[in-house]
Amino acid sequence: MGTIFFLILFPLVVAFVLLVVKADAARGAIVKFAALVIAAGSIFLAVQYFQNGGQYFDFSNETVNYVMMVIEACLAIYIIYTGIKHKKYLASLFAIIQTPLLIWFELTKGHHIQVGSNLYIDRLSMIMALIIGIIGSLICVYALGYMKDFQHHHSGEKDRRPWFFFVMFVFLAAMFGLVTSNNLIWMYFFWEITSLSSFFLIGYTKTKEATNNAFRALIMNLLGGLGFAVGILILGFVYDTIELSTMITYGTMYQGIMAIPAAFLAFAGITKAAQMPFNSWLLGAMVAPTPTSALLHSSTMVKAGVFMIIKLAPCLGMGNFAGLMVMTVGGVTFLMASFAAISQSNAKKVLAYSTIANLGLIVTCGGIGTAGAVWAGIMLIIFHAITKSLLFLCVGTAEHNIGSRDIEDMDGLFGRMPRLATFVMIGIAGMFLAPFGMLISKWASMTAFVDSGNILLVAIICFGSAATAFYWTKWLGKMAAVVAGAENIQQNVHKEEWFVQGTLVVLTIAACLAFPLVSSYMLVPYLEGVFGGLSSMALSADNMIIMCVMVVVVLLLILFFFGKTKKRIVPIYLAGANEGDDLRFHGAMEKPVSVSLRNWHMESYFGEKKMNVIGCSVTAAVIIIGLGLMIGSLVTILTGGAA
Amino acid sequence: MITTIISVVAYVVLAPLVGGLLAGLDRIVSARMQGRVGPPLLQPFYDVFKLREKEDITVNNVQDFYVTCFFFFVVVTGAFFFAGGDLLLVIFTLTLASVFLIVAAFSSNSPYSQIGAERELLQMMAYEPMVLLTAIGFYMTEGSFKVKDIISGGAMDFLPLVGVFFGFIFILTLKFRKSPFDLSMSHHAHQELVKGLVTEFSGKTMALIEVAHWYENIFLLGFVFLFFANGTIWGAVIGVVVCLLAYFLEVFIDNNFARMKWQVAINSAWLVALILGVINLFIVYLI
Repeated sequence: MGTIFFLILFPLVVAFVLLVVKADAARGAIVKFAALVIAAGSIFLAVQYFQNGGQYFDFSNETVNYVMMVIEACLAIYIIYTGIKHKKYLASLFAIIQTPLLIWFELTKGHHIQVGSNLYIDRLSMIMALIIGIIGSLICVYALGYMKDFQHHHSGEKDRRPWFFFVMFVFLAAMFGLVTSNNLIWMYFFWEITSLSSFFLIGYTKTKEATNNAFRALIMNLLGGLGFAVGILILGFVYDTIELSTMITYGTMYQGIMAIPAAFLAFAGITKAAQMPFNSWLLGAMVAPTPTSALLHSSTMVKAGVFMIIKLAPCLGMGNFAGLMVMTVGGVTFLMASFAAISQSNAKKVLAYSTIANLGLIVTCGGIGTAGAVWAGIMLIIFHAITKSLLFLCVGTAEHNIGSRDIEDMDGLFGRMPRLATFVMIGIAGMFLAPFGMLISKWASMTAFVDSGNILLVAIICFGSAATAFYWTKWLGKMAAVVAGAENIQQNVHKEEWFVQGTLVVLTIAACLAFPLVSSYMLVPYLEGVFGGLSSMALSADNMIIMCVMVVVVLLLILFFFGKTKKRIVPIYLAGANEGDDLRFHGAMEKPVSVSLRNWHMESYFGEKKMNVIGCSVTAAVIIIGLGLMIGSLVTILTGGAA
Repeated sequence: MITTIISVVAYVVLAPLVGGLLAGLDRIVSARMQGRVGPPLLQPFYDVFKLREKEDITVNNVQDFYVTCFFFFVVVTGAFFFAGGDLLLVIFTLTLASVFLIVAAFSSNSPYSQIGAERELLQMMAYEPMVLLTAIGFYMTEGSFKVKDIISGGAMDFLPLVGVFFGFIFILTLKFRKSPFDLSMSHHAHQELVKGLVTEFSGKTMALIEVAHWYENIFLLGFVFLFFANGTIWGAVIGVVVCLLAYFLEVFIDNNFARMKWQVAINSAWLVALILGVINLFIVYLI
């Protein structure tokens, strides 16, 4: 239990220290040290878990509850104030509704509910803690160099970096709290802090666009928070509990009994995981500095959303409307976001849509709620966290060195920044290609979808995978293109950036080699505990071994044969006579014409707007119907109607 | 175990021979359809041998690596298939191989090969859903993704999966790169942009791509065979006959259509996947 406290409190302390430290060198040292300690702490937590196996902690302290309540009230007052100040009244309104509602609940009904254990640690929260502790703190280290450049690019403005690092570390602390809370009121507290932290991070630059997007994120997440609060209230009043473990035990025993509160909590997860129709906040979050995007997309924020849904999986499933709602929203989001990614040329936007799509897949897995589907979902969380943070950080570095985040401007990156291009290529391969991580989990989810008998989802994953391969491969091709006469400019990259990216590359590959172990030591015991009986792995053991062998083969091929040729190198064909530099040909007007190549975006098919309109209207309808049905059945239960 | 090894070795050795012969047959049949005599049956082999004697040139130092990986993983894909492995594994490995080929073309940064590469990518996106649905169809009827189990399963999957079968035959045109969907590279010189995807490949590299295609064609026909295999000799005979008929059909289509726009390729392939594939699966699920 001590380790959990340490992981929550230590980043908090560091955050306050960073708030007052102004010197670059001192900040660098503190962040690096803290990152090391946090990563070590999360690994220690895992080791401790395997030694003791302790799961739930009866930590009851009235003072903590009151402190949380006071902080919650203060945050609510801040939100109300800032909402009015920026004329974003919706944010104020949501805060006015939910915080008093919950405080009232805590002081009346909630006060009498016996809470057995407030904190817990199981294999799922351990995996999450490892992701937050390792990847989250790596991103903080990366941010050191990046933010130095960022400040340099915006030299006219006030240096707000202490604030930036403060929020980053508060975020990590809140995430640790979120994944280890068993008391839902505690979880809600951390949940709201992550919403507010991302509000500050997105609005960091204080431009009009940044402020607007930050408020959009806040409003959508507050709406989710409202769903969370309603879920807690229903649990408290109808089921007389506010413990996650009790809820899940009931849900496992009688599938469907927990459908009503689960639907509201899952709704909170859907908003946080940026599922349609709430995907726009994550896209808007791109205005923030790249480390923020990396943090939001990989190890925090959206992962809290999918963590919630994966956690609730036993209460969902094909048999009840909550499950159907969740899986449909996830499936539609996966398909539409994958399509929309094709039409984008802004690298961060492609990454954002790919995140939304992958989260959609995880949400769908959680919605299906079988052991196999949850296996796939957790694997997706792990691989996605590693690979997506790598890609975001690479795009950030590229942006600072080539002055653009547009994929079309990354022409010849293979010559200009060979190491960075290689990292991007590894990241992209990790996102969709066999034998790397994401494909393994996609394979597993495909099997799980078929087994669930939901043919609609089967069709969705077939078409979505095809689109996924399209947009990644065209980017991969751009990265691989060898453009003549490119000058190497990668010596300006900060060594922190190389270190972090290098570590993530190693992790990407290591995860592909180690996933059978992760499966048998972490996922399978977890799934057996939750779903009972012999848990089915989604992939058979020999297929997992084949995948690992293939990873090794691909690595060896690259190591031994890449870039080695004894052949004579000749100019390419350009229809007109090649001027000799591979960049211009001799045109019909007796003049050299330069050649430039652009990717294919199929705007008329997969235009962003069209995909969003279709996706958002379908998912909004599904959510309204789903929650409407839940409210309807709740009223029936409460009034004792014909049930 | 022994039979697995034998069939993999047999595939690795025989597939290029049979594939090459089929290619030769293709050219003779095509020629007859066009009122010509056509080349000798072994012409594809002569071509490959000739390519191997060309001067060793390349446009950059990474392209050969990608092409070699393409060849390697095409062979591996087929090996998984003929070892009785998982159909999804087969499909994903094939995707890996195709991506290597596409990246090889991209790496040259040549306009013509890049257009070819992007079109190949489009074709991949067009056929992928139907290929996946085919594998899932087998899983739903046989209860296993493993080729081994599908072949020995007692029932002939063609009957419940008749829609999926015709859907698969439809996308075979894309996979074989036959007209009207030979967008990325074509052997009809009159409708090709220089040489599409393979513009910048030459000599031994080009020969490798040819042989890889023979391998690829054989195990694609293996998919067709799966629809009829039911563990009996008759199933096998029917399977082989239908494979030959399917190949002949593709040649026939190839000679009777001009290249169509890419929009037609993706629209029709996805529509076929939706109507023949998804609806068929839905019916299988219901019964």
